Amino acid sequence: MPKRTDLESILLIGSGPIVIGQGAEFDYSGTQAVRALREEGYRVILVNSNPATIMTDPELADRTYIEPVTPEWVAKIIERERPDALLPTMGGQTALNVAMALVKDGTLEKYGVELIGANERAIRIAEDRDEFARAMKRIGLATPRGRTVRSVEEALAAADDTGYPAILRPSFTLGGTGGGIAYNREELEALIRRGLDLSPVGSVLVERSIIGWKEFELEVMRDGHDNVVIVCSIENLDPMGVHTGDSITVAPAMTLTDREYQRMRDAAIAIIREVGVEAGGCNIQFAVDPSTGEQLVIEMNPRVSRSSALASKATGFPIARIGTKVAVGYRLDELPNDITRTTPASFEPVLDYVVVKIPRFAFEKFPAADPTLTTQMKSVGEVMAIGRTFKEAFQKGLRALETDRPGWTTAALASDDRLEDGERETVRAAIGRPTPERIFQLRRALEVGLTVEEIHQRSGIDPWFLDQLQQLLEAERAFVTAPLDDDAAARDALRGMKRMGFSDRQLAALRGGTEREMRALRHRLGIRPAYKTVDTCAGEFPSSTPYLYSSYDEENEAAPAGDRTVVILGSGPNRIGQGVEFDYCCVRATLAFREMGYRTAMVNSNPETVSTDFDISDALYFEPLTLEDVLEIVELEQPIGVVVQLGGQTPLRLAKGLEAAGVTILGTSPEAIDIAEDRGRFEAVARQLGVQQPPAGVAFSIDEAVAVAARVGYPVLVRPSYVLGGRAMEIVYDDNSLRSYFARAARVTPEHPVLIDRFLEDAFEADVDAISDGTRCVIGGVMQHIEDAGIHSGDSACVLPPYLITDAQVRLMREHTRAFALKLGVVGLLNVQYAIKDGVVYVLEVNPRASRTVPFVSKTTGVPLAGLAASVMVGRTLDELGLHDDVLQPYVAVKEAVFPFSKFQNVDLILGPEMRSTGEVMGIADSFGMAFAKAQASADGALPRGGAIFVTVNDHDKDNVVPIARRFHGLGFKVLATEGTARHLRARGVPAERVMKVYEGRPNAVDLIVSGEVQLLINTPLGKLTQQDDYTIRRAALQHRVPYTTTLSAASAACDAIIALRSRVGEVRSLQEWHAMAREMSAEWIG
Amino acid sequence: MNGRPAFVLLEDGSWYAGSAVRSYDPAFGEVVFTTNLSGYQETFTDPSYLGQIVVMTAPMIGNYGVNPDDMESARPQVSGVVVRELARRPSSWRATLGLGEWLAEAGVPVIEGVDTRRLTRHLRERGAMRGVIAEGREPSPELQARLLACPSMEGLDLASRASVREPYSEGAGPHVVAYDFGMKRNIVRMLTEAGCRVTVVPADTPAARVRELAPDGLFLSNGPGDPAAVGYAFATIRELSGKGLPTFGICLGHQLIGLAFGGRTGKMPYGHRGGNHPVRDVRDDRVLITTQNHGFAVQGGPEGIPGAPALEVTHLNLNDGTVEGLRHRTLPIFAVQYHPEAAPGPHDAYPHFAEFMRSIGAQASKPLTGNT
Repeated sequence: MPKRTDLESILLIGSGPIVIGQGAEFDYSGTQAVRALREEGYRVILVNSNPATIMTDPELADRTYIEPVTPEWVAKIIERERPDALLPTMGGQTALNVAMALVKDGTLEKYGVELIGANERAIRIAEDRDEFARAMKRIGLATPRGRTVRSVEEALAAADDTGYPAILRPSFTLGGTGGGIAYNREELEALIRRGLDLSPVGSVLVERSIIGWKEFELEVMRDGHDNVVIVCSIENLDPMGVHTGDSITVAPAMTLTDREYQRMRDAAIAIIREVGVEAGGCNIQFAVDPSTGEQLVIEMNPRVSRSSALASKATGFPIARIGTKVAVGYRLDELPNDITRTTPASFEPVLDYVVVKIPRFAFEKFPAADPTLTTQMKSVGEVMAIGRTFKEAFQKGLRALETDRPGWTTAALASDDRLEDGERETVRAAIGRPTPERIFQLRRALEVGLTVEEIHQRSGIDPWFLDQLQQLLEAERAFVTAPLDDDAAARDALRGMKRMGFSDRQLAALRGGTEREMRALRHRLGIRPAYKTVDTCAGEFPSSTPYLYSSYDEENEAAPAGDRTVVILGSGPNRIGQGVEFDYCCVRATLAFREMGYRTAMVNSNPETVSTDFDISDALYFEPLTLEDVLEIVELEQPIGVVVQLGGQTPLRLAKGLEAAGVTILGTSPEAIDIAEDRGRFEAVARQLGVQQPPAGVAFSIDEAVAVAARVGYPVLVRPSYVLGGRAMEIVYDDNSLRSYFARAARVTPEHPVLIDRFLEDAFEADVDAISDGTRCVIGGVMQHIEDAGIHSGDSACVLPPYLITDAQVRLMREHTRAFALKLGVVGLLNVQYAIKDGVVYVLEVNPRASRTVPFVSKTTGVPLAGLAASVMVGRTLDELGLHDDVLQPYVAVKEAVFPFSKFQNVDLILGPEMRSTGEVMGIADSFGMAFAKAQASADGALPRGGAIFVTVNDHDKDNVVPIARRFHGLGFKVLATEGTARHLRARGVPAERVMKVYEGRPNAVDLIVSGEVQLLINTPLGKLTQQDDYTIRRAALQHRVPYTTTLSAASAACDAIIALRSRVGEVRSLQEWHAMAREMSAEWIG
Repeated sequence: MNGRPAFVLLEDGSWYAGSAVRSYDPAFGEVVFTTNLSGYQETFTDPSYLGQIVVMTAPMIGNYGVNPDDMESARPQVSGVVVRELARRPSSWRATLGLGEWLAEAGVPVIEGVDTRRLTRHLRERGAMRGVIAEGREPSPELQARLLACPSMEGLDLASRASVREPYSEGAGPHVVAYDFGMKRNIVRMLTEAGCRVTVVPADTPAARVRELAPDGLFLSNGPGDPAAVGYAFATIRELSGKGLPTFGICLGHQLIGLAFGGRTGKMPYGHRGGNHPVRDVRDDRVLITTQNHGFAVQGGPEGIPGAPALEVTHLNLNDGTVEGLRHRTLPIFAVQYHPEAAPGPHDAYPHFAEFMRSIGAQASKPLTGNT
């Protein structure tokens, strides 16, 4: 069956913003899908609200809609574009849910749009737990006993049947949101309410616990001719009870006999047939009783997933691409295996290596959150590592995490391994509870003499894995005393350790030397990594695709070529503060280098990304981004230079080390980067250029800090030097708070000074992205933050072009930016942050590298900044590139941040200088109000068109909230307020109804939120000293999905947005059309 | 690396360093690789591997140990085993012994720590060849000479060595006589489960003796070595199958049918060994993922088998186009090159056993589950 010719245009739904449980992997799969469809000549219409993605680049699809991924807005796109088919399986749960809603409301039928990839029935069976259990029963497969409930009472009754602990799984939520493990009746009652609320259909499965069973996943692919292949098996190191996204996982399965594996395979094939995924991929999870081998089916997802992205990277079988091709009619045997290019895709990949995936968490950002890992996903990113053995891959993965562990090591302080102390009993007790640090606690457990058997009993982790860990420990102990003075013996010892994945840094620590000395010894002994190919077939067939990983084996398969190679360093695991936007930059630059005729070699460790797709670069090195790993690649590849400015902090941190080793850094020099990052040196530059900075100082002790604060004047912004994403950054209003900051949040020592800046209260902030060739600098865009100063730029909404800053101020910021670029000698991208207070423009920081907002600016203006940066890095001038000044656009784009608060109970949702958002969305329209409204809708905070607003603000904001409340009142909103605010409003002529605070009785504010009588919450807290009442109200709004804002500027913007929503119909328009409008306005447009 | 230094030496002089946990004498054989990810125990006990040194491309071997249920014959049949890493501690609820100990008890040498990918790529480029596993830092000229003195696989009749000595019967139902050229146990299991009484007979059993058993069907098993060297079987096959006795052949049995009806077989460069080989049924275009283990193949293609006009090709390998299945145009004879009995490997081809039952006029008594 060749491809379908009855389809002409296909709509693809993206997954929206990056949130916990739905991350960059859907940019990877969506991008593959778009490319696969266009290859076949289909007209592709894409909708995704996330501007940081590759898939929303206007070159990729025929029509790119950066619009809210909600049924309402997608229906508008369907009405406008009239696609023949809708492919809903590439955008995670979000896309499936939207597609199902469009089926139910008749939109698809009305416009004759066919669902391809997965049909309605398959989606429903896979999602509805009861239907799924029935389907499994029909084919003779067992699922854990359980029942779907719709009320607390039903849940309690169901738990009587399943027993405790019981697993709760809300229907139709992503990443297990709202799920959990209830160990008793009280916990069940608490958890079930949240689960019922969070499930869009108000139902939760209460299920028999199989905590401690082994967990496996299979990735399955089926074509329309009923050919089925298993792409990959994955085994979880953490047993059942930990969400697979939070587990350390291994591919292929390690501890299944063939008999058990084939039984699982048979079940998987039966499942994909029974559920009825006619042409596409799915992921199926199994639990296996370690003592009897009993197998249960846990769930199946009839779409690509995080696991399928991992499986694609782990095997070289591009699941999203092939899944797309079979969805449009191809048979698997008609499609080539893209790696070997000589064999067909109707086969099952075999691995001659081991893949380990390790999640990365962000609990340091949410100190109030419970770090226990459960069935609800909590990690924000992941790394994948490939080695020839589990031990090698595991240790590579740990160092790739970039959490300052060079491998499987314990921290110096027990507390950093999440332990009270290092005592045997403490450790033994701890390992029963899964946390991000458990893997390191296991090491302590072995060190204090717990046996593999005991540890297995406590943790449920398979003894095979524990024995692997034990072997690492034994190897270290032997290496400490191994003779290194005799070359032959040293060679044996070192090679043995390297084959187990030990980094030079680890080995140096064991022998008491520096990493550099250890590397020198290793090089002298000729111990170098060999790069092996991921070829899908374990070497059975020749493969020409250079998808490589290192191992300390004999034969090196990497084939560096020519003298025009550029090495691009990626951004490693996604984390808060460093996400998909940097991958976007790396990919755009890579493609630009290739267009210019350079050979590109990408280095990255993140399986979720487009950059680690094997056909993006000429050679892909799936490797940790440490100095050691990068240096080995550079020595092999002998590139003309290395690109460090596009991948965020990860490659920047390596710049100095690389330069010291004689490696050429392309673009802005490490020296310039250092000037920008070094407080003292930067102050001098700003002074020379005559740019104002907020008064500031550095303190090396608490007393000194108090003195500095007194000199610069409160409030002050305090933070440790060298931080990422505003880590441990706080605004402090007095001496007491400052002292308590040191007790609570950060140490201050002569080695670890803190930076203290005057905090510019009520200032506007602005971001400027620019590109420079060393002699000329062009502004990419000036963005104004919607929230006031004090909120991390990554967490603030922003608008392009600015809407409340004067032209003179904008002009000044542009001039300053150019001055900094030329003074620092920036070659490539730079980002400058400004604050404007009382008409004065202050510079806050200069980052001579790609910023988080580069993709947002590029999507708005149509100027591909990251690609242009690649050009200037290899010597092209901006004149040659024809890039003049930034484009004027007759429209407005708003970026809004998206937060993971609903994933963490007990966490407050106020914003501050520490970044906590995981993703972003963009709204684009011809007015600020509409753009803001779209952005809110995309960020799951769709604004109401009427109803009641509930206002409760701190004293500082009481005056400023009056005009805002008056506007809402004028729009016909009922204004509700707590006593103080209500009195203040009424005294100024705004009719406001008083609502009781929680402790004042009932019905109170929370009751109103719960019962749906509040449509918008405006609540401003004061610093960290918020009251319990406020907190409860905010959590209630979050839980009941009532839109909320915690700043007055955002409340004012919301008002503008509501006016826009009420006065006109929200229109959708593609980026290609917007950019055409900009092009018409600006003769100098390029892109 | 733990253990004593050891190496694999190939007849072309290339050698690969590794280590041995236990001491052993040099072991000679044809060095082949298999890409099966799981199922090492079934592989090592498969009589088709008789006389071969098996390189496992999957790097971590022995993780789940060995158990009494996953034996495809009474003992390991391989001459030696080459792995990247041998598990120290097995983990499985079914394990009764570690792989290393089990192979040692059977006197099968194992070498670990080898760059098995390098070795595999070499075999892929140069073809399967003779080799030896031995202890030591590097090969000696004496050892090389001994290696070159070993017989090569071509022209070698190993089937009679792998076969049973005395006939035996199992199961109840229509009577199938199965020629054992090195038959895997799961084939007997599958046939009896399909509802047959199976009488397993030695490879050299004359046709007359089989006829005395009054079979309803004939089965020709898998087995080691060069099919062309099993000439004594051709006449028997022609005599029994050619007279209309429903016949089913697997692997070597497939090759023998091809030869018996006029086709030719040839040695493949490095064979097919693994559990992921896609095979197309040319009759309905369905793709089966199959287990394979063969170094020789029936020559032919989609158009048929030269020299054997009575045979038509039913299955083709999607990777290299080799013949994977055939049947007689008029007689109830069919055969497949791959292993529908799996063990190890996928079960996609299980239905061939029911097909065989249909051809002898019986229905399979129940859905087949094989070794599960």
